[in-house]
Amino acid sequence: MSSETAGGTDGRNDAVLLLGVALGLYALFTVVSVLLGYDLNGIVNTLRRITFLSAIYAILVLALNLQWGYAGLFNIGVAGFMAVGVYTMAMLSTSPTSTFPGLGLPLPIGILGGVLAAALLGVIAALPALRLRGDYLAIVTLAFAEIIRRTYRSPVLEEFSIAGLDLGTGGSRGMSLPENPIRIIFYQTPGDPASDPSALGAAIFDFSSGLGVQPSVVVGWVYAIVLLVGVAGVYWLLMRVGFSPFGRVLKAIREDEVVARALGKDTRWFKIKTFALGCALMGFGGILWRLTGGYVATSMFEPIYTFYIFVALIIGGAGSNTGSVIGGAVFASLLFQGPNFVKRLVTEYVAVGSPPNTLFDAIGALGGLDVTPLVAYTLSDVNVAALRLVLLGVVLVYLIQNRPEGLLGHRKEVASPIDLGERDRQEGQS
Amino acid sequence: MTERESGNRALTAVRDRPLLVVFAAIVLVLTLDLLRRLLTGAVGTHDLATYLWNGAVLGLSIGLAGMGLAMTYSILSFANFAHGDLVTSGAVAGWIAAFLVAGWGDFAAEALVHLGGPFPLNTNTLGISVTSTPVAIVVGLVVAAVATAVLAVVVDRVVYKPMRDQSGISLLIASVGVALAIRYLLVFTFQAGRRGLTAGQQTPSFSVPIGGGTISVNAHQLTLVVVAALLMLGTHLVLRHTKLGTAMRAMADNENLARVTGIPTERVVLTTWLLGGALTGAAGYLIALERGTLTMDFGWLLLLLIFAAVILGGIGSVYGAMVGGIVIGVSSRLSLVWLPESFIVVAAFLVMIAMLLVRPSGLMGGVRTA
Repeated sequence: MSSETAGGTDGRNDAVLLLGVALGLYALFTVVSVLLGYDLNGIVNTLRRITFLSAIYAILVLALNLQWGYAGLFNIGVAGFMAVGVYTMAMLSTSPTSTFPGLGLPLPIGILGGVLAAALLGVIAALPALRLRGDYLAIVTLAFAEIIRRTYRSPVLEEFSIAGLDLGTGGSRGMSLPENPIRIIFYQTPGDPASDPSALGAAIFDFSSGLGVQPSVVVGWVYAIVLLVGVAGVYWLLMRVGFSPFGRVLKAIREDEVVARALGKDTRWFKIKTFALGCALMGFGGILWRLTGGYVATSMFEPIYTFYIFVALIIGGAGSNTGSVIGGAVFASLLFQGPNFVKRLVTEYVAVGSPPNTLFDAIGALGGLDVTPLVAYTLSDVNVAALRLVLLGVVLVYLIQNRPEGLLGHRKEVASPIDLGERDRQEGQS
Repeated sequence: MTERESGNRALTAVRDRPLLVVFAAIVLVLTLDLLRRLLTGAVGTHDLATYLWNGAVLGLSIGLAGMGLAMTYSILSFANFAHGDLVTSGAVAGWIAAFLVAGWGDFAAEALVHLGGPFPLNTNTLGISVTSTPVAIVVGLVVAAVATAVLAVVVDRVVYKPMRDQSGISLLIASVGVALAIRYLLVFTFQAGRRGLTAGQQTPSFSVPIGGGTISVNAHQLTLVVVAALLMLGTHLVLRHTKLGTAMRAMADNENLARVTGIPTERVVLTTWLLGGALTGAAGYLIALERGTLTMDFGWLLLLLIFAAVILGGIGSVYGAMVGGIVIGVSSRLSLVWLPESFIVVAAFLVMIAMLLVRPSGLMGGVRTA
């Protein structure tokens, strides 16, 4: 790869790369959907789901890339900051009449509040970050995320009131969220699931049902497109940050903090600001993730979700924003969704029968040269879920051993505004 | 020394270590409040004794599981996130062995290997406890230690050995991958779900009268306490009085220096994994014995508390891990005086974070693998 792309300055090349990955994934999943015998509605819905998950992961990975890829801050409490964003938004904007009441404020205020709360917690978490080395910081942030999750889960906060205002997190039962804001475009009363479509909604649904695409898929696609705009916004923001003087100091901290300090930079402030901005974006990503679901529970913020985001970042290569987006998309569609589609494809074309009771029965059948029980056992729903996580672990180990710089190769943006590698080479030639 | 000088010194201490002073003040206030509550009867001596005993048992479990982590942390300088899943693996291997010894002939081998799982298996009929089936318990403990030691070495050869020259963070990430692979391979092989292990009613338990009530102490808690103490003593003797122990401590201090003085560092690493793995497996097995149940993720759920203990004691200090474990265990149970039950783990994590802020080198700071 040429040094220009390594420097991340070749925007046109990156755009081609992103477009290529997107088209490749869409083509792949269209083929898979056709092979599975889906109708047009099914195909469109599959692509919607891929787009939705890829966009959410891209935003979260970009946020983590700011902290780890740029500033070298090893934060493995991502899920906790997502939880703060979502729960704060929920408590501000969920209607006061729902089972676990919120304040019923307008959604934009809720989203802003959630993002600010995540940023504030990022500042609090950054205080230890100033004095700890990498592995301690990892453990502290993980503990921080678990404190947050367990606090939201506590029965004490299930329903409570402050200053006469009734609030609640629903504890272990979770709480409902404000309705998907996209519904406002399509429905007369967006809060009511049985609402009649608005004039615009009716026109669009008429057209889509002519093609056999259901209204819920259309609404979902519009939401996914809004998310893609969100990804573009976050990408643009982080590119601006990354190539600003601020971003160069961050890269300098990552390479050698002592040097950055020797150059008169107060690295503590840079770290706090970076942590806060990254956590705010994580809270934002969490909110966008849950808004379509209409429901949030603490089990959605277990540490495993943080590791998903880490795997995605490592796939794309830490230190590169384009790599982060690609890593998010590749992770969400191939590693996260892929195993389920493989299972569906195999069961569609091979009659595997019902799975045996245990793995030992399945292996026992191998003695009679019969592999179908083993395949059936492997492809049962719980076992596909388990093996997906085994695969994730193996991929993580493989990448960190063999390609720690990510699938795309060295794309880490260098700390200096000009490419020093270029000068070295010229000097070598002369 | 004049009064003024000592006053100045106190002022300097406050200025240099403001956090330490704040935390010392918090601890002082909490201690005074606890005394007040004891004197006014808001917290009975019986309640306090229960918190302390339960906290000590939890703490010893955590400390025991932390010794192996402290060893590998000091020798290889990385936070092993797969440690919790080594704990689980040890418990699973050991308990399968114990089930086979105790139930061979009376139950289907398949059901015993799965620890029940998808098969109906009544643990009260199987009747495992320290007093009724001591052979099964001992066989299980040995199998747990051996199996985990072997697993630890295999993982080291495959994953960590090719990465010896890489940073602690790279190794940490690799260990997260190892953790996922081990945990979900266990789920894939034996299937998820909580397993009952011991015969609840048949386990002997004693009632110790304290402050107008009784604390129940059962045989499995005592087994955990006694074996934990023995293993810790054994580890101490190995580290202090054998050539291997000296080599390990030398490596923990300075690996390059150890190598130039002729210490075969790779062999020390291998032995560390064997020793640490065996301790970890035994710990997992005993924790499951004390709890009487097992899930495929109990080690993972315990991992952060184990880290808390190891960090609290000072990374790399085996005694520190034990002391840290007890501090974490007792303080988390003691938090029940002020906090509702759902905050037990939160309290433990807060103690860890506070400790890291005040004294990152740990309680036994500076002491390494000794």
